[in-house]
Amino acid sequence: MKILVCISRVPDTEARVAFTAEGSAFDESGVTFIMNPYDEWYALVRALELKESLGGSVTVVHVGTAASDPIIRKALAIGADDAVRIDAEASSADFTARQLAAFAKSENYDLILCGKETIDYNGAEVPGMLAELLGLPFVSHAEKLEMEGQKFVLTRPVTGGTEVVEVEGPLVVSAAKGMAEQRIPNMRGIMMAKRKPLKVVPPVEVEEKVQFVHFELPPAKKEVKLIDPENMDELVRLLHEEAKVI
Amino acid sequence: MSVLVFAEMQDGGFKKAAKEAVTYGRKTADMLGVECHALVLGGELPAEASQLGLYGAAKVFGVSHENLTDFDSKLYAHGLAEVARKTGAQVVVLPFTVRGKALGGRVAAALGAASASGVNSLPDLTEGFKVRRPVFSGKAVATVELKGELKVLSLMGNSIPPDDQLGSECPVETLELAIEAPGIRLLKRQKQEGSIPLPEAERVVSGGRGLKGPENWHLIEDLAKALDAATACSRPVADNGWRPHHEHVGQTGLAIRPNLYVAIGISGAIQHLAGVNNSKTIVVINKDPEAPFFKAADYGVVGDLFEVVPRLTEAVKRFKNK
Repeated sequence: MKILVCISRVPDTEARVAFTAEGSAFDESGVTFIMNPYDEWYALVRALELKESLGGSVTVVHVGTAASDPIIRKALAIGADDAVRIDAEASSADFTARQLAAFAKSENYDLILCGKETIDYNGAEVPGMLAELLGLPFVSHAEKLEMEGQKFVLTRPVTGGTEVVEVEGPLVVSAAKGMAEQRIPNMRGIMMAKRKPLKVVPPVEVEEKVQFVHFELPPAKKEVKLIDPENMDELVRLLHEEAKVI
Repeated sequence: MSVLVFAEMQDGGFKKAAKEAVTYGRKTADMLGVECHALVLGGELPAEASQLGLYGAAKVFGVSHENLTDFDSKLYAHGLAEVARKTGAQVVVLPFTVRGKALGGRVAAALGAASASGVNSLPDLTEGFKVRRPVFSGKAVATVELKGELKVLSLMGNSIPPDDQLGSECPVETLELAIEAPGIRLLKRQKQEGSIPLPEAERVVSGGRGLKGPENWHLIEDLAKALDAATACSRPVADNGWRPHHEHVGQTGLAIRPNLYVAIGISGAIQHLAGVNNSKTIVVINKDPEAPFFKAADYGVVGDLFEVVPRLTEAVKRFKNK
């Protein structure tokens, strides 16, 4: 089976969120960047598990500059066979999806896996856009992905429960928690990753439709109001009369 | 020209997310000086479709087809895009629900539209078309400008209250669309019985490692029941298998924004805060006065949760019985 995993580069979950002067851009100074956890822990690891049981190959693709090479090498160290970096800033979901689609359309992947969202922009748009641009079925936020014969069987959430669905490939899947467990790359993987192919390709031309014009931090919280632990009636009164939430 | 709202059906009817989206669509339509239309897609159309008029729809379009009985993002996106084209919609609004997330990007790509998801404000039309949305898992807010004729907006839940005073029952027009064969076949559906779905809950009671073990979860459940709230948990609790993964809220779990979030025995790591800090009111119960969560809380109780929580549950019951 030929699998493509789309990975993103995001600030570490511990990173301080700050912006450059007048909120025009994310302030990257002193920030460590990581592979988006949904892409790494769930999409990539599940792809490797499928390859290990069924054979085939796992390619990772990323839209980004050379600053992303460390996270691409990490994906190779975890076990991907080769990598492709589309050499452009991933400026919006639309831009990113169009780059990924332009690359994937001639490669005939059986399965394209993405994380359900990135932890920085949280848009959850790229996988659906990619599916549409490639004309493929799309299962979103999948918590399980199995192969049964020639078909994919997936578990996806619905409001108040889950559904198990069956799809014939090729298809696009966005992966959520539950699909796999995080893998830590070992020394052998790290050494091997240095020799695995990382191809850099130029971006295709895309008209920008979306622009992030301003960022700000949410308004600071007021000082916490401490309530006497003996007097929970007072807390209930405040929740009713002041906060008006019960 | 119009605004077209995808009125998502859940269990054969319309829930808060659909009503919020129609309310938002109507307010946006008023700003643009155009009509707001709602679209219902499904195997069968519910009788209450005309009620979407109360939330501001001037007309409801209905497409019923057996291929739409189960959810396939491709068929739904193509149906929504085709109706948007046919009716000259300039803005398409969807709820940012599980299904909305499967559709938003897909519809935008099908229409070649500019899109923004997780939007939590009405558009600002003073210069171009701008909306605001949380980014960095709720640690910041971005203003996004959308260019071009067509826009697709996915509305974050709990951003705008549903308003049933924006109109009256409206006509439902059935449209015939050629719907392709589905590529996704439903094998089975599992319901979580008796619990309130977390993404939509108005109130949430959440437990952390301070509970010491799954055997103490009745404290969380009793308080949740008294408050008519959903239950949630922190990441270590889900990772330890004390609670199911779908209850994990935080940066790598579910991001929620209920009106009331009660955090019990959760220290408030930055990753947890990212998933909940857009809640309207936060109550923190923790025995450690230095717990970082108190900095993000509106109300705090420093005390032993095993004593405080039952006391709070009783106080809530007394209040409800009044």
